Amino acid sequence: MSERTNGLPNAPSGIAERPGAAARTPQQTQERVAKSLRRRYWAERRFQIYGMLAVFFGIVFVVFLFATIFIKGASTFRQSYVKLEVFYDPAIIDPAGTRKPEDIRNADYQAIIRAALKDRFPQVEGRKNVRDLGRLVSGGAAFDLRDRVMSTGGLIGQRETQWVLASDDVDLFMKGKIPRATADEGGPLSTQQFEWITALEKADALELRFNKTFFTHGDSREPEQAGVWGAVMGSLFTLVLTLALSFPIGVAAAIYLEEFAHKNRWTDLIEVNINNLAAVPSIVFGLLGLAVFIGFFGLPRSAPLVGALVLTLLTLPTIIIASRAALKGVPPSIREAALGMGASKIQMVAHHVLPLAMPGMLTGTIIGMARALGETAPLLMIGMVAFIVDVPKGFTDPATVLPVQVFLWSDSPERAFVERTSGAIIVLLAFLVVMNATAVVLRNRFERRW
Amino acid sequence: MTPAALLVVLVGLTLVAYAVGKQRALAVVGGIRGIRNLHSLPSYYGALTALWCAVPALIVLALWLAFQDSIIISVVTKHLPADVQRLPPAELGLALNDVRNVVAGNVSMEAARPEIRAAAAEYLQLRSTARLALTALVIALGLIAMVIVRSRISAPFRARNAVERMVEWALIGSSLIAVLTTVGIIASVAFEAMRFFSKVPWYEFLFGLQWSPQTAIRADQVGSSGAFGAVPLFWGTMMISGIAMLIAVPIGLFSAIYLAEYAHRKFRAWTKPFLEILAGIPTVVYGFFAALTVGPALRTWGEALGLNVASESALAAGLVMGIMIVPFVSSLADDMITAVPQSLRDGAYALGATKSETIKQVVVRAALPGIVGGVLLAISRAIGETMIVVMAAGLAANLTANPFEAVTTVTVQIVTLLVGDQEFDSPKTLAAFALGLVLFLVTLGLNVLALHIVKKYREQYE
Repeated sequence: MSERTNGLPNAPSGIAERPGAAARTPQQTQERVAKSLRRRYWAERRFQIYGMLAVFFGIVFVVFLFATIFIKGASTFRQSYVKLEVFYDPAIIDPAGTRKPEDIRNADYQAIIRAALKDRFPQVEGRKNVRDLGRLVSGGAAFDLRDRVMSTGGLIGQRETQWVLASDDVDLFMKGKIPRATADEGGPLSTQQFEWITALEKADALELRFNKTFFTHGDSREPEQAGVWGAVMGSLFTLVLTLALSFPIGVAAAIYLEEFAHKNRWTDLIEVNINNLAAVPSIVFGLLGLAVFIGFFGLPRSAPLVGALVLTLLTLPTIIIASRAALKGVPPSIREAALGMGASKIQMVAHHVLPLAMPGMLTGTIIGMARALGETAPLLMIGMVAFIVDVPKGFTDPATVLPVQVFLWSDSPERAFVERTSGAIIVLLAFLVVMNATAVVLRNRFERRW
Repeated sequence: MTPAALLVVLVGLTLVAYAVGKQRALAVVGGIRGIRNLHSLPSYYGALTALWCAVPALIVLALWLAFQDSIIISVVTKHLPADVQRLPPAELGLALNDVRNVVAGNVSMEAARPEIRAAAAEYLQLRSTARLALTALVIALGLIAMVIVRSRISAPFRARNAVERMVEWALIGSSLIAVLTTVGIIASVAFEAMRFFSKVPWYEFLFGLQWSPQTAIRADQVGSSGAFGAVPLFWGTMMISGIAMLIAVPIGLFSAIYLAEYAHRKFRAWTKPFLEILAGIPTVVYGFFAALTVGPALRTWGEALGLNVASESALAAGLVMGIMIVPFVSSLADDMITAVPQSLRDGAYALGATKSETIKQVVVRAALPGIVGGVLLAISRAIGETMIVVMAAGLAANLTANPFEAVTTVTVQIVTLLVGDQEFDSPKTLAAFALGLVLFLVTLGLNVLALHIVKKYREQYE
């Protein structure tokens, strides 16, 4: 290193190595240094500015990323609804008058909405126009009406005012994402439809309200009916099982390695193994899950059960490493005191070391779970990418998880899904923030310094 | 009895066993007064009885459930009509899937074909027999174990030692799972990869320049013979990772240096966690950002400059991946820089070096092995990163050096080959495992090397 220190002042090598140069007086040296100082201070400034720029760039990116996603996604939480005077026509719902649930379920509720729209705009005529008018309202509105009739008795034959789901194009217009000018260019909404929309708006019969559908429904091909609830439940089932498997196993492995194992080649191997597993690409765990859990053991595809098994293997190294660090943090005097009082080794660990190390272990586990919640690639391998409308009810039901839902929606061609995708990302980030904040609070409140 | 109900019964039985063991221990020494004659606390006798009651029964239960389905299916297959049995494996698999669907109630009995219906009925009947046998076996095992342990309980019986030995075995078993995972990865991925290499020679895979995995579904189809030369994928992976490292290393390194050496303590306390947010964001979010914001933006800028930028360019994926890796590089570099002893810095200052000269010529050089190790780890992460490239990089296997064109990577191909329904035997599916094997081996090599370097470096200053 020493031969590269020419930039340093008074470096003996820099002067002595020049054979031709006459010996300098200290004064000359001082002058030389003084001359170079400007350049060196300037280099110092430059270097510091590079560092600042790097930090600044990172901060700007974080802000920019969050801003883009929030700007794109904030509108998801509001959704356009159309106010309609609905007449639950017995002739449509239950022409036979049987009032049997299956007849009511299978009735043509679309016709009721068509009739209600026709009432609103009596002047509309012609097959095409009526169809265009019907397109203002989402196809899902009929199902909502059906559910309402099924759950509330005695509605048949009644009239009531209902806010029904508007279609995705109307919704995009309401959020200012489709300008009116697009009608002439063959945009999604025609001039006539814009007229109806204006009429509805004037009558206060079309407005943006809180988007309940987004938080209560599963996936759908229609953006306005699509929700994250199915994915949230899928993530919940997967994570609960992951936690139930990885926490005990991870803690047990950490205890063995830290408190019981003798230092030998075998435990070295386990250690190296765990450190390497922590850095194996997650998609490889997906391949393992596909080949072993699905291919060999024949577990169902797309199920939270398999997802949890894969994520358990994925998060175990994180949890083991964190738990070992927590165990290392407990001072040996505690162990010696317990052993001195006649406790066995297991009693010492279970009664004294483990409770003291628990906050650290929990922090590590929560961070591992947060990582598992954001994990997408291995779950694609085990088929959790299927299009699933129903909200999963158990560990073996086909399900998807939040990040995979984001992936699925980001692939959809409909424009309205861009907004849903950002909305789902916001939900995902909200969960992650809560988990990480819990970990931080846990660490700050319970971690003991010895 | 369904497995879930059986599990509940077993839990109940275990609780009973605990009570029985504890009572027995107290009884052999004549109640609470004689407790000092017992070797262990009464609860240990209870725990031992409970463990012996539960563990063997649980193991039997797990093994049985793991193999029940495949055994029943093989029996059912043998009893299928001969013409069904002679079908090629893929179609036979479909028929068996139909059977499973009928059994699961997804398809009603009446809707199925007669041979499927018969098979489903047989499946159901075998399953109910199996469940009956399993219930009897598990409960009998639990009861027998309970009775035997109870009969062995006496005052000098060392129950605590026995329990602790079992606990210790459980701890060892848990720590072995990490090893088993590695073995499982190698065994399963390598096994499928070997099957692939028996169909496509390995040299063609490693050195071939053509990648088009679309194989013919029917034998008479033309134009899709399938080519499995993975060089374009390796090249694409290297290119995107290279772009990512060009972003991540300077930014990560400089921000680590700035925060460790220059920044005010308060500034550091706020900025560091803020930058670490980047590490906590799910990769699918980066992918969305790359595909919907960065990609189109690059395309627009490129057009303004007269460049032809593909909307799924390598550059967009590489840029965003680089940003994702920044906190990874910077936190490792930060560790390494703070590990450099203060005495080295003081020495440099004493010679009149400015701060940046000290950092450039002393601190970074002293920390270099650690930083190199960190960069290697970061490269292995970039290679294995999946979601960003799946969403933002292309599918076409181009062998190009132009970062504005679309390239594809190993991970993208694994995902595209395996997502959706595939038969397990086609070279197309198996190719994904061969790619997975390469990915695993390369990242493993990088990790081992990096961890080795980092460890050596840490020891140097400890």
